[in-house]
Amino acid sequence: MRKHWWKIICVALLVYTIIAGLLIKVPNLPLLGQTSRNLFFHVGMWMSMMTLFTVSVVNAIRYLRTFNLRYDIYSRQYAVAGIVFGLLGYSTGTIWMSYTWADPNNALFQSFSALAREPKLIGTAIALLIYFAYMVLRDSIKDMDQRAKVSAVYNIFAYAMLFPAIWIIPRILPSLHPGQEGNPALNFKDVSPLMRIVEWPAFVGWTLLGVWITTLKIRFALVKERKLL
Amino acid sequence: MRKLKYIFTLLVIPGLPALVQAQEGNKESAVGEFMRSTERSYVVIAVILTILIGLFLYLVRLEKKISRLEKDNGQ
Repeated sequence: MRKHWWKIICVALLVYTIIAGLLIKVPNLPLLGQTSRNLFFHVGMWMSMMTLFTVSVVNAIRYLRTFNLRYDIYSRQYAVAGIVFGLLGYSTGTIWMSYTWADPNNALFQSFSALAREPKLIGTAIALLIYFAYMVLRDSIKDMDQRAKVSAVYNIFAYAMLFPAIWIIPRILPSLHPGQEGNPALNFKDVSPLMRIVEWPAFVGWTLLGVWITTLKIRFALVKERKLL
Repeated sequence: MRKLKYIFTLLVIPGLPALVQAQEGNKESAVGEFMRSTERSYVVIAVILTILIGLFLYLVRLEKKISRLEKDNGQ
Protein backbone atom coordinates (compact mmCIF):
# COMPACT_ATOMS: atom_id res chain seq x y z
CA MET A 1 0.00 0.00 0.00
CA ARG A 2 2.97 2.24 0.68
CA LYS A 3 3.70 2.54 -3.03
CA HIS A 4 0.09 3.15 -4.03
CA TRP A 5 -0.78 6.34 -2.16
CA TRP A 6 -0.50 8.53 -5.25
CA LYS A 7 -2.95 6.32 -7.15
CA ILE A 8 -5.51 6.91 -4.39
CA ILE A 9 -4.82 10.64 -4.67
CA CYS A 10 -5.34 10.38 -8.43
CA VAL A 11 -8.74 8.70 -7.98
CA ALA A 12 -9.79 11.21 -5.31
CA LEU A 13 -8.73 14.23 -7.37
CA LEU A 14 -10.49 13.06 -10.52
CA VAL A 15 -13.71 12.20 -8.68
CA TYR A 16 -13.50 15.67 -7.11
CA THR A 17 -12.86 17.19 -10.54
CA ILE A 18 -15.98 15.62 -12.03
CA ILE A 19 -18.27 16.51 -9.12
CA ALA A 20 -16.98 20.01 -8.44
CA GLY A 21 -16.23 20.71 -12.10
CA LEU A 22 -19.87 20.17 -13.03
CA LEU A 23 -21.47 21.69 -9.94
CA ILE A 24 -19.59 24.94 -9.22
CA LYS A 25 -20.90 28.19 -10.59
CA VAL A 26 -18.80 29.44 -13.51
CA PRO A 27 -18.97 32.96 -14.91
CA ASN A 28 -21.38 32.95 -17.85
CA LEU A 29 -19.20 34.56 -20.52
CA PRO A 30 -20.48 35.50 -23.99
CA LEU A 31 -19.98 32.67 -26.52
CA LEU A 32 -18.42 30.38 -23.92
CA GLY A 33 -21.42 30.05 -21.62
CA GLN A 34 -21.09 26.99 -19.47
CA THR A 35 -18.41 25.49 -21.72
CA SER A 36 -15.65 27.13 -19.70
CA ARG A 37 -15.96 24.05 -17.48
CA ASN A 38 -13.94 22.36 -20.22
CA LEU A 39 -10.94 24.04 -18.64
CA PHE A 40 -10.89 21.17 -16.14
CA PHE A 41 -11.02 18.49 -18.82
CA HIS A 42 -9.67 19.74 -22.17
CA VAL A 43 -6.77 21.75 -20.73
CA GLY A 44 -6.10 18.92 -18.27
CA MET A 45 -5.31 16.63 -21.22
CA TRP A 46 -2.60 19.04 -22.44
CA MET A 47 -1.10 19.39 -18.98
CA SER A 48 -0.91 15.64 -18.73
CA MET A 49 0.58 15.36 -22.23
CA MET A 50 3.28 17.96 -21.52
CA THR A 51 4.29 16.19 -18.31
CA LEU A 52 4.46 12.79 -20.02
CA PHE A 53 6.54 14.15 -22.92
CA THR A 54 8.87 15.87 -20.44
CA VAL A 55 9.40 12.63 -18.54
CA SER A 56 9.96 10.89 -21.88
CA VAL A 57 12.72 13.28 -22.93
CA VAL A 58 14.35 13.09 -19.48
CA ASN A 59 14.53 9.32 -19.86
CA ALA A 60 15.92 9.69 -23.39
CA ILE A 61 18.76 11.79 -21.94
CA ARG A 62 19.24 9.28 -19.15
CA TYR A 63 19.58 6.57 -21.78
CA LEU A 64 22.19 8.54 -23.69
CA ARG A 65 24.19 9.04 -20.48
CA THR A 66 24.10 5.44 -19.31
CA PHE A 67 23.18 3.31 -22.38
CA ASN A 68 20.88 1.32 -20.12
CA LEU A 69 18.05 -0.06 -22.29
CA ARG A 70 15.62 0.19 -19.39
CA TYR A 71 15.52 3.99 -19.86
CA ASP A 72 14.77 3.47 -23.54
CA ILE A 73 11.66 1.49 -22.56
CA TYR A 74 10.65 4.24 -20.10
CA SER A 75 11.14 6.90 -22.75
CA ARG A 76 9.05 5.07 -25.35
CA GLN A 77 6.15 4.27 -23.05
CA TYR A 78 5.92 7.82 -21.71
CA ALA A 79 5.89 9.13 -25.29
CA VAL A 80 3.06 6.74 -26.23
CA ALA A 81 0.95 7.81 -23.26
CA GLY A 82 1.71 11.45 -24.11
CA ILE A 83 0.42 10.88 -27.65
CA VAL A 84 -2.78 9.31 -26.31
CA PHE A 85 -3.44 12.31 -24.07
CA GLY A 86 -2.52 14.65 -26.91
CA LEU A 87 -5.08 13.00 -29.20
CA LEU A 88 -7.71 13.24 -26.45
CA GLY A 89 -6.89 16.92 -26.01
CA TYR A 90 -7.11 17.48 -29.76
CA SER A 91 -10.46 15.76 -30.16
CA THR A 92 -12.00 17.47 -27.11
CA GLY A 93 -10.73 20.77 -28.51
CA THR A 94 -12.46 20.01 -31.81
CA ILE A 95 -15.78 19.46 -30.03
CA TRP A 96 -15.39 22.62 -27.97
CA MET A 97 -14.41 24.63 -31.04
CA SER A 98 -17.40 23.41 -33.08
CA TYR A 99 -19.81 25.04 -30.66
CA THR A 100 -17.93 28.24 -29.79
CA TRP A 101 -15.78 29.41 -32.70
CA ALA A 102 -17.90 28.04 -35.50
CA ASP A 103 -20.54 30.50 -36.66
CA PRO A 104 -23.91 28.92 -35.88
CA ASN A 105 -25.48 30.73 -38.85
CA ASN A 106 -23.25 28.88 -41.30
CA ALA A 107 -22.98 25.17 -41.84
CA LEU A 108 -19.93 23.72 -40.12
CA PHE A 109 -18.19 23.01 -43.43
CA GLN A 110 -18.50 26.72 -44.32
CA SER A 111 -16.84 27.76 -41.08
CA PHE A 112 -14.21 25.14 -41.74
CA SER A 113 -12.14 27.35 -44.05
CA ALA A 114 -11.78 29.88 -41.22
CA LEU A 115 -11.20 27.28 -38.51
CA ALA A 116 -8.66 25.25 -40.46
CA ARG A 117 -6.42 28.33 -40.54
CA GLU A 118 -6.27 28.35 -36.76
CA PRO A 119 -2.54 28.23 -35.94
CA LYS A 120 -3.08 26.38 -32.66
CA LEU A 121 -4.71 23.50 -34.51
CA ILE A 122 -1.98 23.35 -37.14
CA GLY A 123 0.81 23.67 -34.59
CA THR A 124 -0.60 20.93 -32.41
CA ALA A 125 -1.09 18.67 -35.42
CA ILE A 126 2.56 19.22 -36.37
CA ALA A 127 3.74 18.44 -32.84
CA LEU A 128 1.70 15.25 -32.67
CA LEU A 129 2.85 14.19 -36.15
CA ILE A 130 6.47 14.63 -35.04
CA TYR A 131 5.77 12.21 -32.20
CA PHE A 132 4.05 9.79 -34.61
CA ALA A 133 7.24 9.92 -36.66
CA TYR A 134 9.15 9.03 -33.48
CA MET A 135 7.16 5.80 -33.27
CA VAL A 136 7.62 5.01 -36.96
CA LEU A 137 11.34 5.72 -36.72
CA ARG A 138 11.77 3.51 -33.67
CA ASP A 139 9.92 0.56 -35.03
CA SER A 140 11.72 0.68 -38.37
CA ILE A 141 15.14 -0.03 -36.81
CA LYS A 142 15.79 -3.68 -36.01
CA ASP A 143 19.00 -3.39 -33.99
CA MET A 144 18.09 -2.69 -30.36
CA ASP A 145 21.01 -0.47 -29.36
CA GLN A 146 20.90 1.52 -32.56
CA ARG A 147 17.13 1.95 -32.22
CA ALA A 148 17.50 3.18 -28.67
CA LYS A 149 20.24 5.66 -29.59
CA VAL A 150 18.57 7.07 -32.70
CA SER A 151 15.17 7.39 -31.03
CA ALA A 152 16.63 8.99 -27.91
CA VAL A 153 18.29 11.69 -30.01
CA TYR A 154 15.12 12.12 -32.09
CA ASN A 155 13.07 12.38 -28.90
CA ILE A 156 15.14 15.40 -27.82
CA PHE A 157 14.52 17.08 -31.19
CA ALA A 158 10.80 16.27 -31.01
CA TYR A 159 10.59 17.77 -27.53
CA ALA A 160 12.41 20.89 -28.70
CA MET A 161 9.92 21.24 -31.58
CA LEU A 162 6.99 20.90 -29.19
CA PHE A 163 7.56 24.39 -27.77
CA PRO A 164 7.54 26.46 -30.96
CA ALA A 165 4.76 24.33 -32.45
CA ILE A 166 2.37 24.42 -29.51
CA TRP A 167 3.33 27.34 -27.34
CA ILE A 168 5.14 30.00 -29.37
CA ILE A 169 3.99 30.17 -33.01
CA PRO A 170 0.21 29.99 -32.32
CA ARG A 171 0.64 32.93 -29.98
CA ILE A 172 2.52 35.07 -32.48
CA LEU A 173 -0.01 34.57 -35.29
CA PRO A 174 -3.59 35.86 -35.09
CA SER A 175 -5.55 33.11 -33.40
CA LEU A 176 -8.96 32.45 -31.92
CA HIS A 177 -7.53 30.20 -29.26
CA PRO A 178 -7.04 31.88 -25.85
CA GLY A 179 -3.42 32.63 -25.04
CA GLN A 180 -2.70 35.53 -27.34
CA GLU A 181 -2.01 37.87 -24.47
CA GLY A 182 -0.27 35.50 -22.10
CA ASN A 183 -1.15 32.30 -20.35
CA PRO A 184 -4.86 32.61 -19.54
CA ALA A 185 -5.40 29.21 -17.93
CA LEU A 186 -2.41 29.57 -15.62
CA ASN A 187 -2.70 33.29 -15.00
CA PHE A 188 -4.14 33.95 -11.57
CA LYS A 189 -5.90 37.11 -12.70
CA ASP A 190 -7.86 35.53 -15.55
CA VAL A 191 -9.38 32.43 -13.98
CA SER A 192 -12.19 33.04 -11.50
CA PRO A 193 -11.17 32.07 -7.93
CA LEU A 194 -13.82 29.37 -7.69
CA MET A 195 -12.63 27.75 -10.91
CA ARG A 196 -9.04 27.81 -9.75
CA ILE A 197 -9.76 25.49 -6.82
CA VAL A 198 -10.98 22.89 -9.30
CA GLU A 199 -8.47 23.66 -12.05
CA TRP A 200 -5.26 22.79 -10.25
CA PRO A 201 -6.47 19.55 -8.62
CA ALA A 202 -7.82 18.58 -12.06
CA PHE A 203 -4.43 19.13 -13.71
CA VAL A 204 -2.65 17.08 -11.04
CA GLY A 205 -5.30 14.34 -11.23
CA TRP A 206 -5.11 13.94 -15.02
CA THR A 207 -1.31 13.95 -14.91
CA LEU A 208 -1.27 11.26 -12.23
CA LEU A 209 -3.70 9.19 -14.33
CA GLY A 210 -1.30 9.43 -17.28
CA VAL A 211 1.64 8.40 -15.11
CA TRP A 212 -0.37 5.50 -13.66
CA ILE A 213 -1.23 4.12 -17.11
CA THR A 214 2.39 4.54 -18.22
CA THR A 215 3.83 2.70 -15.21
CA LEU A 216 1.58 -0.25 -16.06
CA LYS A 217 2.78 -0.17 -19.67
CA ILE A 218 6.41 0.04 -18.54
CA ARG A 219 6.07 -2.89 -16.16
CA PHE A 220 4.44 -4.95 -18.89
CA ALA A 221 7.18 -4.04 -21.37
CA LEU A 222 9.89 -4.91 -18.81
CA VAL A 223 8.34 -8.35 -18.25
CA LYS A 224 8.09 -8.89 -22.00
CA GLU A 225 11.67 -7.86 -22.72
CA ARG A 226 13.21 -9.47 -19.65
CA LYS A 227 15.23 -11.86 -21.76
CA LEU A 228 16.87 -8.99 -23.59
CA LEU A 229 17.82 -6.82 -20.63
CA MET B 1 -18.70 -18.08 -12.07
CA ARG B 2 -17.47 -16.03 -9.13
CA LYS B 3 -16.37 -13.35 -11.53
CA LEU B 4 -19.78 -13.30 -13.20
CA LYS B 5 -21.48 -12.74 -9.85
CA TYR B 6 -19.05 -9.93 -9.12
CA ILE B 7 -19.76 -8.23 -12.44
CA PHE B 8 -23.50 -8.71 -12.02
CA THR B 9 -23.40 -7.08 -8.58
CA LEU B 10 -21.53 -4.13 -10.03
CA LEU B 11 -24.16 -3.74 -12.70
CA VAL B 12 -27.06 -3.87 -10.25
CA ILE B 13 -25.78 -1.64 -7.42
CA PRO B 14 -26.25 1.71 -9.23
CA GLY B 15 -29.88 0.79 -9.94
CA LEU B 16 -30.78 -0.14 -6.37
CA PRO B 17 -32.11 3.26 -5.30
CA ALA B 18 -34.59 3.15 -8.17
CA LEU B 19 -35.75 -0.34 -7.14
CA VAL B 20 -36.32 0.74 -3.55
CA GLN B 21 -38.35 3.63 -4.81
CA ALA B 22 -40.47 1.39 -7.02
CA GLN B 23 -41.45 -0.69 -3.97
CA GLU B 24 -42.58 2.36 -2.09
CA GLY B 25 -45.12 3.12 -4.76
CA ASN B 26 -46.07 6.68 -5.41
CA LYS B 27 -43.98 8.20 -2.65
CA GLU B 28 -40.74 9.79 -3.88
CA SER B 29 -37.66 8.46 -2.06
CA ALA B 30 -35.00 10.83 -0.78
CA VAL B 31 -32.50 9.58 -3.35
CA GLY B 32 -34.96 10.03 -6.17
CA GLU B 33 -35.80 13.51 -5.00
CA PHE B 34 -32.12 14.43 -4.89
CA MET B 35 -31.41 12.97 -8.31
CA ARG B 36 -34.33 14.82 -9.88
CA SER B 37 -33.39 18.19 -8.41
CA THR B 38 -31.59 20.89 -10.45
CA GLU B 39 -33.09 19.65 -13.71
CA ARG B 40 -31.75 16.12 -13.07
CA SER B 41 -28.14 17.19 -13.64
CA TYR B 42 -27.01 14.85 -10.84
CA VAL B 43 -27.93 11.95 -13.10
CA VAL B 44 -25.23 13.06 -15.53
CA ILE B 45 -22.69 13.30 -12.72
CA ALA B 46 -23.64 9.80 -11.56
CA VAL B 47 -23.15 8.46 -15.08
CA ILE B 48 -19.74 10.12 -15.52
CA LEU B 49 -18.60 8.94 -12.08
CA THR B 50 -19.68 5.38 -12.87
CA ILE B 51 -17.62 5.44 -16.06
CA LEU B 52 -14.63 6.91 -14.23
CA ILE B 53 -14.83 4.37 -11.40
CA GLY B 54 -15.22 1.56 -13.92
CA LEU B 55 -12.03 2.68 -15.65
CA PHE B 56 -10.21 2.88 -12.31
CA LEU B 57 -11.32 -0.65 -11.37
CA TYR B 58 -10.02 -1.81 -14.75
CA LEU B 59 -6.66 -0.13 -14.09
CA VAL B 60 -6.43 -1.78 -10.64
CA ARG B 61 -7.19 -5.17 -12.21
CA LEU B 62 -4.50 -4.63 -14.85
CA GLU B 63 -2.11 -3.66 -12.09
CA LYS B 64 -2.80 -6.90 -10.20
CA LYS B 65 -2.35 -8.96 -13.36
CA ILE B 66 0.98 -7.34 -14.16
CA SER B 67 2.13 -7.78 -10.53
CA ARG B 68 1.37 -11.51 -10.80
CA LEU B 69 3.21 -11.67 -14.13
CA GLU B 70 6.22 -9.96 -12.54
CA LYS B 71 6.17 -12.43 -9.66
CA ASP B 72 6.00 -15.43 -11.99
CA ASN B 73 8.94 -14.07 -13.91
CA GLY B 74 10.91 -13.53 -10.71
CA GLN B 75 11.47 -9.82 -11.05
